[in-house]
Formats: sequence, structure tokens, C-alpha cells
Amino acid sequence: MITTSNLSKKYNNNLVLNIESLDIPKGQSFGLVGNNGAGKTTYFSLLLDLIQPTTGFIKTNNIQVNESEEWKPFTSAFIDESFLIGYLTAEEYFYFIGELRNQNKADVGALLSQFEDFFHGEILKQKKYLRDLSKGNQKKVGIVAALIGNPEVIVLDEPFANLDPTTQIRLKGIIKDLAEKKGVTVLISSHDLMHITDVCERIVVLEKGEIVKDLATNKATLKELEAHFTN
Amino acid sequence: MVKHFLSLEWKSFLRSASFGKSLGIKIFMGFIALYFIILFLGMGLLLYPGLKKTFPNKDPLLIVNSVLFYWILADLIFRFFFQKLPVMSVKPLLQLPIKRRDIVNFVLGKSALSFFNFLPLFAIVPFGITLIVKDYPTSAVLGWMIGLVLVTLIINFLNFIIESFSAETELSILPIVLLTGGLYALNHFNIISFNEIISNGFNAIYNAPLLNLTLLIILGILYWFNFKLLRQKLFLDSGLKTKIKEVNASNLEWTKNFGDIAPFMKLDLKLIWRNKRTKSSVWMLALGLLYGLFFYPQPTYQNLPWFFVFIGVFSTGIFLINFGQFIPAWDSGYYKLLMSQNIKYEQYLKSKFTLMSVSVIILFVLGIPYVFFGWKILLAHFAAAIYNVGVNTHVILYGGSFNRKKIDLSQKAAFNYQGTGAVQWLIGIPLLILPMGLFALFYFLVGFEVACLIIAVFGVAGIVLHQKLMRVITAKYLESKYKMINAFDENK
Repeated sequence: MITTSNLSKKYNNNLVLNIESLDIPKGQSFGLVGNNGAGKTTYFSLLLDLIQPTTGFIKTNNIQVNESEEWKPFTSAFIDESFLIGYLTAEEYFYFIGELRNQNKADVGALLSQFEDFFHGEILKQKKYLRDLSKGNQKKVGIVAALIGNPEVIVLDEPFANLDPTTQIRLKGIIKDLAEKKGVTVLISSHDLMHITDVCERIVVLEKGEIVKDLATNKATLKELEAHFTN
Repeated sequence: MVKHFLSLEWKSFLRSASFGKSLGIKIFMGFIALYFIILFLGMGLLLYPGLKKTFPNKDPLLIVNSVLFYWILADLIFRFFFQKLPVMSVKPLLQLPIKRRDIVNFVLGKSALSFFNFLPLFAIVPFGITLIVKDYPTSAVLGWMIGLVLVTLIINFLNFIIESFSAETELSILPIVLLTGGLYALNHFNIISFNEIISNGFNAIYNAPLLNLTLLIILGILYWFNFKLLRQKLFLDSGLKTKIKEVNASNLEWTKNFGDIAPFMKLDLKLIWRNKRTKSSVWMLALGLLYGLFFYPQPTYQNLPWFFVFIGVFSTGIFLINFGQFIPAWDSGYYKLLMSQNIKYEQYLKSKFTLMSVSVIILFVLGIPYVFFGWKILLAHFAAAIYNVGVNTHVILYGGSFNRKKIDLSQKAAFNYQGTGAVQWLIGIPLLILPMGLFALFYFLVGFEVACLIIAVFGVAGIVLHQKLMRVITAKYLESKYKMINAFDENK
């Protein structure tokens, strides 16, 4: 589904990302871990064609992302708050994204109704602009908006940060469900090793822009990761 | 303690992300300040001889005293719009061992050093010196001058009280309108003649400078009141809490008529209506619409038909200029979202184009009453409107692709130059000067009607070539995509 070859990104001769090859098959739940500055967000930004690679390319569904825009209809993402439109209410934002993804109000409404638990009564019908919601609630909105329009690839940067424990657990359920039952390729990054081993069937560790570990998740993975980050 | 505060202030000034980048704007503001200083200085110097010449039988000082009331009202209104309480970022200070009292005193004390308080001095001092030179008793004149300084400070602190009440009402200009309007009306209809009270008051101060104590007491009370108000607000759950406004949602179903650009039209309309900065560009419409009234009633301008087009372009294009020059920076806060979404750039730009064109048409229609000043004006405005739709919209959209400055929508409106760069100044040339120059050229070579026709032809050509032009503009935007994302992503 997603193939990366010879991808590198330099800022002023400072190599921040260098991935020789990385293949993510369809329907995989893929986790990216690494300390600050390891290149997680850079990789996601390259995948979404928000920055230009210095060398190499990423292809999703055989579409090279920095040459064609055909990947956009089946890809969605929530990277940070700059993906939210502060002066809209949650509903307006969902409908706006829906319209961009050719979903009518009923479609969006049907999707939203599945997430009532997740919203915990704090998102819909609040008469509040997104800019006035708490960080955690903003994140909930962004994540759910990324699910609108049946995307095949979903990219979530640090989805667990700022969420309360209940919501973290619910989010894990949602992500697992997407990959296992709906065949969606989910890419997430996290600083929380426990969550990411819970959710992802494959975990890649980045360090200073390079892949240092590529693990298929099993019972020993969490221990292995903890050992890796201890030194 | 004050030393610490001052050093914090100084660092925040020097190290602010926009320092240096917006040097041009600072210079521009400096020129405006200089302009006002010269204006006031000139007034102070010329007031005495001027009044003496016009009213040889009256004492200039008494005349000045008799209009002080209007000065106070004007100053209040002016300050309300342009002077804000200098708030330090106090949040990090709250949990440090600093008395809240000190923080409040510093903020209030700093406000006394505002430019607005020094400006009147440039008029008061020269006028006072002239009085002394003209053999008015020195001590009396000094007392009078001190009185005026005290009044300036009183206005200063009164303004902050008004502003703090305004902040709590939905219509923020209501308190100031009620207060100044009320005072003016009471005075105008002779119910309570404030004019006379203040005039007599200052005559009395002139005769007995010790009466300044009254003003000092008033000032003290206002300061105390401000202190109270501010002190209450220094808690995270009161004043420092960001205000949350309740949404008044409208679904804007009618935008459906615009077809595939409807989602963006809806977004743009909400953008304009729900953010302070953009909302102010709506109020600018009124200003632009009435712009002609500054010129047309004067016979001098009636004989300058080539000037009509300038006013025409300006008054029908005020929204276009105001809103258009910051495309796409208005969307800078969520530009990454738009760029990773399933959208066509052309639709996005077309929505802006439609919005601007519609505004030109509406403003032209609203400006039809200008025909009262002559049919030539209407004709010139009509040609200017066509030019705006056909040429200026495209020019401004094209200019937008050079936009690299982020705009934080939640910031206040007046005197906010965030997002302004060289592009915004340069773009004024083709927008306003070019049509005027073209028009003037053909006006002097051939005649008024032909000049109008030429301007209109340019506009029509632009409308005919719309699709082609939009493709060029879209390509330009796509080309600068990464640069824009990068620039809008920077925190400044």
C-alpha cells in the first residue's frame, strides 16, 4: 500500500530523515516510535506532501505523493491543531470535511453517531467554536474528522497525547477495529510505548531519522522497546 | 520590583518573534506618530495668533476653555478605538512571590506613559508658553496647564474603565457610544451644559490653581477604581480566562446556489463573521462607501473628473482590497489541513473570487446615490466596478501567491499589521494607481467618456479571460505550496 524508497530530508545539510526502504501493506496498523526529533512527524508530513523530500519518494497505491494528488481522496490525517478550523463548531467542521470528501450530511451524521461514546457528550451540540474547546476535546474532533469519507489510509500523529484515560482506551478500540475489520491502513506515532504495542501489529523505531528497529508486535515487544529506550 | 518588570518588558519587545521582520511597519507607525506630533505642535503654536486674528475681541484662553468639552469627548472616542491597556503576560508571574498589588500598579503606571498622554502636551506647552509671553500671569497659566495634564490622565483611566465594561457586553462599542453620545446630547440640548461647566471649571482653575486638587482627587478615584477592576481580574478563572462566546450558527443553505464552491463560500462567510480582524473589514465597507462624500461635495474635486475613477475603484473595491490582500493568509491557521484534503485549488480560489466580485457589485449598487453629484460620477464608478471585477480581483489573487505571512485570526483588528508585508504595499500600485493613470491619460488625450470606456474594456477583457487567468493563478499557488505551508507553520 505505502512504499518508501531512498527517502531523505535535509534542512541546511542537517539530515533529519533517511529511510532506505519501508513497505507498509494494506490493512496494517503501523506504529512509529522515537524520541523527540527522531523524524516521526517529518515522515508523516512527507507522506502527506506537506514538505518536499530531498531525495527519494513515497508511493501510496502506486501514486507518488509529490507528483500527483490522486492519493488525497483515500487518505486522511490528523497531525496537529493546525488541522482544525478554529472558528467553526464541531458539527460545522465535520460537515465541511464531509463536503470535501463527497459525503452528505446524512453520511456524516451516521458516522458521528457511532462515536457518541468517544465524544462523551462534550463535542456535539456544544455551541462552542473549536478554538474554545480543551486540547483533549480538540484532538477528539480531529481524530474523528480523519475518519470521515471511508479513507483507506489514516495518519494520526500522537493520537493518545492529551486524551483522558477513558478516551485513550476507546481510541485503541477504534484503531484496532479500523485495521482488523475494515482493512484500513492506520499509521500512528506515539511516545506511549504501552499504547502503541497494544494497538499496532508492527512497530518501527526511528532514531535520528533512521530506522533502527522493525518489530512485529508480540508479548515481548513492550519489554524490548522499554529496554531500547532505557539506555 | 519595577526594575524586573521593566527588564521583562524590554526583553519581550526585543525578542518578540515579529521584531525586525516588521521593521517597515514600525517605521510607518513612527511616521504616523510624527505626523500627529507635528499636527499638535502646529496647533499649539498657531492657536493663539489664529484665535486672536479671528476673534480680536475675545480672550483666546477663554475660547480654548469653551471647547475643552469637545476635546474630551473626541479624545475618549479616539482612545477607545486605539488605546488598549498594556497587559504584560501576567500568567507566569502569578505563582511567583510578587504581590498582585505590584503587578497592577505597574500595568496602570505604564499606561500613564502612553503616547496618547504625551500627544496633548505638544499642543498644551507651546500654547501655554505663548500665553506667558503675552503677559498672562505665569503661575495661573502653569496651573491651567497642570489642570489639562490631569484631565488627560483622567481620560486615560476613564477609558480603561469604559473598555473593561465594553469587554463584557456583546456590542462592544455600545458603552462608549452611550456615554459620549449621552454627554453630547445632554449638552447639545442644553439639559446639562457640560460645555459651560468644564469651561467655567477651567476658568476657575486659571484663577485659583489650587482647584487642581479637585482634578487630582477625581484622578485618584479613577485610579483606585481601575486598580480594583484589574486586581479582580488577576485570577485564572476571571480576567485571564479567555472568553468563550456562544455560537450563533446559521447554516447558510443559500450558498448551495454557487455549486461546487459552496463549501468554501460557507467557510469564507463564517471566517469573516466570526473573527475580530475580518469582521472589521466588514465595517470598513461603510467607510469605503462613504469615502466619496469626503470629496464630491467640494467644488474643487467636481472639476477633477480623472479623480472620480480613483474614488470609484476605492469605494467599490474596499472589501476586495481589504479582504483580498490577505488571501490565503486568512486560512493560514489551517492551511495544512486544506493542502492534505481532497480539494481542488481552483475551487478554493474561485470562492474568494466570487466573494470579492459580489462585494464589488453590492458596493456599486449601494453607491448609486452618488449620481446626485453628477452622472459622470456614476459612469466613472460603473467603469471602476467593472475594472475591479475584471482586473483587480485577479491581480490581488495573483499577489496572494506571494503571501508568506501568517495571520492569527483571534487578534484584535485596529492597527494590527500582522500579516502585512511588502506585497501588501506594492499591490496597491496596480490596484489603484494604474486605473487612475490609464483613465487620466485617456481623459486628457480624448475625453471623459472614452476614458470610462477604456477602463470598462479592461475590466470586460479580464472577465472574458477569467478561466485562463484563474488557471495561471492556480498554477502559481501550487508552485508556492510548500513555501506557504512552511511560512504559515512558523509561530509568529
